[in-house]
Amino acid sequence: MKQPDIKALKKKAVQLRKDILTMLENAGSGHTGGSLSLVEILTALYYYKVKHNPRDPEWKERDKVILSKGHGCPALYAVLADSGYFPHEELASLRKLGSRLQGHPQRGLPGVEVSSGSLGQGLSIANGIAFANRMDKIKSKIYCILGDGETNEGQVWEAAMTAAHYKLNAVCAIVDYNKMQIDGFCCDVKNMEPFSEKWRSFGWHTKEVDGHDIKALIEALDEAEKVKGKPQAIVAHTVKGKGISFIENQVKWHGIAPKKEELEKALLELDETLKKI
Amino acid sequence: MEELKHKPTRDGAGEAMLELGKRNKNVVVLSADLTDSTRAGWFKKEFPDRFIGFGVAEQDMLGAAAGLALCGKIPFACTFGVFASGRAWDQVRVSVAYMNLNVKIIGTHGGITVGEDGATHQALDEIALMRILPNMTVIVPSDANEAYKATMQSADIDGPVYIRLGRNPAPILTKKEEPFKIGKGVLYSEGSDISIITCGHSLYEAKKAREELLKEGIKARIINLHTPKPLDKEIILKAAQETGAFVTVEEHTVHGGMGSAIAELTTGECPVPIKMVGIRDTFGESGEPLELLKYFNLATEDVVKAAHEALQLKKK
Repeated sequence: MKQPDIKALKKKAVQLRKDILTMLENAGSGHTGGSLSLVEILTALYYYKVKHNPRDPEWKERDKVILSKGHGCPALYAVLADSGYFPHEELASLRKLGSRLQGHPQRGLPGVEVSSGSLGQGLSIANGIAFANRMDKIKSKIYCILGDGETNEGQVWEAAMTAAHYKLNAVCAIVDYNKMQIDGFCCDVKNMEPFSEKWRSFGWHTKEVDGHDIKALIEALDEAEKVKGKPQAIVAHTVKGKGISFIENQVKWHGIAPKKEELEKALLELDETLKKI
Repeated sequence: MEELKHKPTRDGAGEAMLELGKRNKNVVVLSADLTDSTRAGWFKKEFPDRFIGFGVAEQDMLGAAAGLALCGKIPFACTFGVFASGRAWDQVRVSVAYMNLNVKIIGTHGGITVGEDGATHQALDEIALMRILPNMTVIVPSDANEAYKATMQSADIDGPVYIRLGRNPAPILTKKEEPFKIGKGVLYSEGSDISIITCGHSLYEAKKAREELLKEGIKARIINLHTPKPLDKEIILKAAQETGAFVTVEEHTVHGGMGSAIAELTTGECPVPIKMVGIRDTFGESGEPLELLKYFNLATEDVVKAAHEALQLKKK
């Protein structure tokens, strides 16, 4: 097993946050809060765990990451560009007419496995991929990233039952549990607690982690890979808008982009963070 | 009238899925707890390793179908038309059609002739719901032979296909050896005074109506438009030019169905009066299939009446 350089990954996460905020400001709209909460999850996946090849995005044996919470795509785009799936300059085209970087992910952009945006659909697709791989004897992992509000959708639990019933241990669900959704705090909109208990009772190997602790995420992902006969759920406790003091934990930052002066302020803050690593 | 053999269109599709399973190992069949009703069970018996049951979870089934198709499989997702098109519409829209994935949807129990189960189980709007989706092909076979051919050919299309099937034994109106091509309408009977354009089980009512009209000296052309999407523009526009009036017949709401698709085309290309025979902005009801056809004005006499009305309009 390769040894992760946690310090380097932390720096990577800061760089990704800069890219995300820059592309959102440039686009003038988009989902800031839920993109920033995702950063460490994607960092642990793409720079440590996932078996993939940016030069051959359709490689049959690759692990697959499905961003079921499609609105968090600025974070995914930043990672994919940085990994070499497409030119970094293309990030500037986010949400523009004719761009491959649609407001919600569209298959066709290298590295995007699945179009998403209508919540609740990714886990079923992940199961379908796992069924196909099982038939074809391909051993690869499918990571499906869900939002917490997204799990209000009944289809998520249909898929959770299917994965457990068929013992789809290739499937690993990661919930970006930032405790907020558009209408407010999850606990006020529709309380989902006891959340981990739900996954566990649905027959999933379940682990709760600090979703901004890269080391903890890596350990949880390694543990998930060893599980036999069960799908795995990683409930990642995160902070919406993580990394920028004036964006963190603000419901209003769900679906808006930073303005120019806010971006400048945020980038300065991230420079300070970088110095402390 | 000659005695016709009867067979449900769902049987034709079930036989085709089984045959496809033998020919292509990438064919998989999915079911949402209606395995026997949809005839998915015939495939399951032969190929249990390529059959996946989802329980009563149509949305999950369509999502998984998308995942299977992403990996090169050809999934046939089987359930009642109401559930495939209604319950799982957004999954069909986003997970299947938006990605243009190779998913085949087998929607059985289409039309008012589903009968006694009533409104919740009679698919009367799914031609509309499916045909408005970009990338989607929609087929409504008229008999079991056509259902077999449509299902077999659907596997050759690299994209989503919806096949609407019926529950009850329906008259066999086409021959096994007749050519069939998805997207190509069939000139079922010659005629020059008016065209009756139909799909699905309604072909039988159209056929009987034509015989009635002939007694009055009216020669009606019948077009079996088994593929409401993509529309066979050529056969429709030719009929518009040559016959100058249409009656459309379908076991489906007149709002957005096959008749609407035809009107959308002719209104801009070759306007002709169109009288639509179909369900009119109402839900279905329990009853015997033939009784329901009469009750909802979908029977032979309704087609004849519509033909007279269309001919009146043509004269104006």
